[in-house]
Amino acid sequence: MATDTTKDAREKQKTLLGADELVLNMGPQHPSTHGVLRVKLKLDGERVIGSECMIGYLHRGVEKIAEHRTYQQFAPYVDRMDYVAAVSNGLGYCEAIEKLLMVEAPPRAKVIRTILTELQRIASHLLWLGTHALDIGALTPLFYCFREREEILKIFEKYCGARLTTHAFRIGGLQYEAYDTLEKDVERFCKAFESRITDYEELLTQNRIWLGRTKGVGILKAAEAIALGATGPVLRASGVKWDIRKAMPYAAYDQYKFEIPVGTTGDTYDRYLVRMEEMRQSRLICLQAIENIPSGPIMAKVGKVLKPPPGEVYHAIEAPKGELGYYVISDGTVQPYRVRIRPPSFVNLQAFDKMARGHLVADVVAIIGTLDIVLGEVDR
Amino acid sequence: MQAVTQVTTEFVKQYWAPLLCGFAIVAILPLIVGYVVLVERKIMADMQARLGPMRVGPHGLLQPIADAVKLLIKEDIIPEDADKLVFWLAPVLSVGAALLAMAGLAIGPAFQIAKDINIGILFVVGVSALGIFGIVLGGWASNSHYSLIGALRSSAQLVSYETAAGMALVSGLLFAGTLNVTSIVQAQYDQGIWFGLLAPVAFFTYLVASIAETNRAPFDLPEAESELVAGYMTEFSGFRWSLYFLAEYTNMIVVASVATTLFLGGWLRPFPRTHWLDFLDFLPMVLMTGIGIYGLLRVPKQPARVQQLFMLAVAGMCFAAAFVLAAPVLIPFFKSSLIAAVKPYHDGILGGFWFIFKVSLYIYFFMWLRFTLPRYRFDQLMRLGWHFLIPLSIINVLVIGVAMILGSHFHLEGWQLLLTTIPASVLALIIALFILNAEQKSEPQRASGDASDTYA
Repeated sequence: MATDTTKDAREKQKTLLGADELVLNMGPQHPSTHGVLRVKLKLDGERVIGSECMIGYLHRGVEKIAEHRTYQQFAPYVDRMDYVAAVSNGLGYCEAIEKLLMVEAPPRAKVIRTILTELQRIASHLLWLGTHALDIGALTPLFYCFREREEILKIFEKYCGARLTTHAFRIGGLQYEAYDTLEKDVERFCKAFESRITDYEELLTQNRIWLGRTKGVGILKAAEAIALGATGPVLRASGVKWDIRKAMPYAAYDQYKFEIPVGTTGDTYDRYLVRMEEMRQSRLICLQAIENIPSGPIMAKVGKVLKPPPGEVYHAIEAPKGELGYYVISDGTVQPYRVRIRPPSFVNLQAFDKMARGHLVADVVAIIGTLDIVLGEVDR
Repeated sequence: MQAVTQVTTEFVKQYWAPLLCGFAIVAILPLIVGYVVLVERKIMADMQARLGPMRVGPHGLLQPIADAVKLLIKEDIIPEDADKLVFWLAPVLSVGAALLAMAGLAIGPAFQIAKDINIGILFVVGVSALGIFGIVLGGWASNSHYSLIGALRSSAQLVSYETAAGMALVSGLLFAGTLNVTSIVQAQYDQGIWFGLLAPVAFFTYLVASIAETNRAPFDLPEAESELVAGYMTEFSGFRWSLYFLAEYTNMIVVASVATTLFLGGWLRPFPRTHWLDFLDFLPMVLMTGIGIYGLLRVPKQPARVQQLFMLAVAGMCFAAAFVLAAPVLIPFFKSSLIAAVKPYHDGILGGFWFIFKVSLYIYFFMWLRFTLPRYRFDQLMRLGWHFLIPLSIINVLVIGVAMILGSHFHLEGWQLLLTTIPASVLALIIALFILNAEQKSEPQRASGDASDTYA
């Protein structure tokens, strides 16, 4: 691999036997581009000598829609960006608008929000693990992951009636009180989940083929990761200890003890380990949170019609895939003047070309998998 | 005129059985393959905490038939820029080679189409290797990049692993001293031990190489669906696609049969000459009866009347099979004078059972691996083949040869041969691992990107 040479030198490198390079169009309909990503690969044999990500196949103009909806009306739309982590999306948006309104959700709402968001992180990582393993050829973990994810979705369904695009939170707190057995359900899930995650690790972590396929593949050094704006597990696997839950605590995260796992080399295997450990930590956060859910109201005092004072605000949360930021400008009316969303998948996808160059076609799918992109969020 | 009639009669006499068998293979094999696929899906479902096909027939038992009908009535698509003739020919070639290879196999002492061809195993291996032309041509004719890459991968893979498999077979054949399928099994009977036990390293090498040869996971790179969509089959649909599918599963049966014949004692039961284990002859009967009883118990639990009847029929078939399997074992009990008369049936029917049983186990192992392991990358696959399996199999031939000379020097026979072959096998493994280690040390940790010898 030629990471040390300059970009120009890499552009000019000759193909083996001086053959023409092969342009392989991967996607938008391809089993492992995780949606409708289209990657134009320049190949020498099976070696990638250049790549170009083409996005926009799922563009729905979410940010533009925001300008024509009231603050409350727009909330369900954010669920449809990262549709495998809808709860996290909703949390980020609600908190951003709360910041704009200068209100704070009551403690009870904050804790319930934290529980549901951490469950969502586990669900999102489970989906990543299943599909990533499937891309690398391990068929079975997918079904185990979906079995556990199903338990989480059932909890969501019991809480708010929806499983995928939940719209679980409201600006100012929660609409629904926690149902009676929420604590018990979460506890049961967390207890069972500990041995389940060990099962996945038994299938993969020490597997020689898995090691061969992930170690040394798609290395992203810490400096490169920062320069490319990578966040979330992609950044942490490169050895940068940056987690917004710790750095700029939101919701109820400052009340709980948890570790931030970091990697060392920043390869696909490290990102795998980081995400596996994150699932364990999320489980611990959930267990701590259900210990003591404060009583009290679940909704702060916000009016029926939201008219934030003119101004602008940026609020970021640690979504399962990285830093999810909302930059909202209010002009004092019921509709936002502008909502700009910083989706983690979109920014992390920038690193793709850097990671894929010099690798084989088989590694390309491993790298797409390890970036954990959701095209709904990339294209918005 | 008389002469002509006589010749014709001779011809019919000599050839009618093989011809009938041939027709049976071509007609029944697709059905068998369909059910192998169903079994695979059921086992996969069981390992993955789900049910698998359940809709068509009780427990999805009619699924293969529904699939076949669906594939037959699908639109026949040939890409515009494809080479039409080659596109048409390729799947036929693949499936033809696979089916032809079946001809050289012997399921029991009596069931063989090409009877007693002296090059037996060589014929099977050679003909089944021809199937690769179907894959390469199909991939090329599709005029698609995915297909082309899949075809190239397949050809490189087959060339590499055919060598290892061939050398592994040579190790086994050293014990048999013949290529004739029937004589190989007879040799194992005479020695009283399966060659797989005498040459475990060769058996292991063949096991790995045969997975690679049949393009099964973890070596299913030519059709790696997450990378190449469907590899060489990407542009094929409907019936043409099903021909490739048929070829793949037939090839699985072929390699499993070769391994069974050479390493697992063919149609012999385990420990064929240990007489206190004769009760194993009852095992097939007991097994089939057990399955039949289980089916009967399931009958009341079926939701619809049709399904109940179907389950009843399945149970009936199991009992019928149990009866057939029981007859040659039980008759001598009641009338000892019939032992000699029953003997050929005993070998034929029970032998057929054991052969199919072993082949099934071998294929089950394939499936098990597929659901458990991730896929190799191409350069890793090549490295495993050239740096480990091929040296291992070549060294194994040498040390097994030495072991046999030592064995004959000390007049060892049957089980006693293990005294020389086991140390020899261990030696072969050690040398091969040493070579692999030296190989890895000599080339400084290359990153995966440097794949200049990918298709070497």
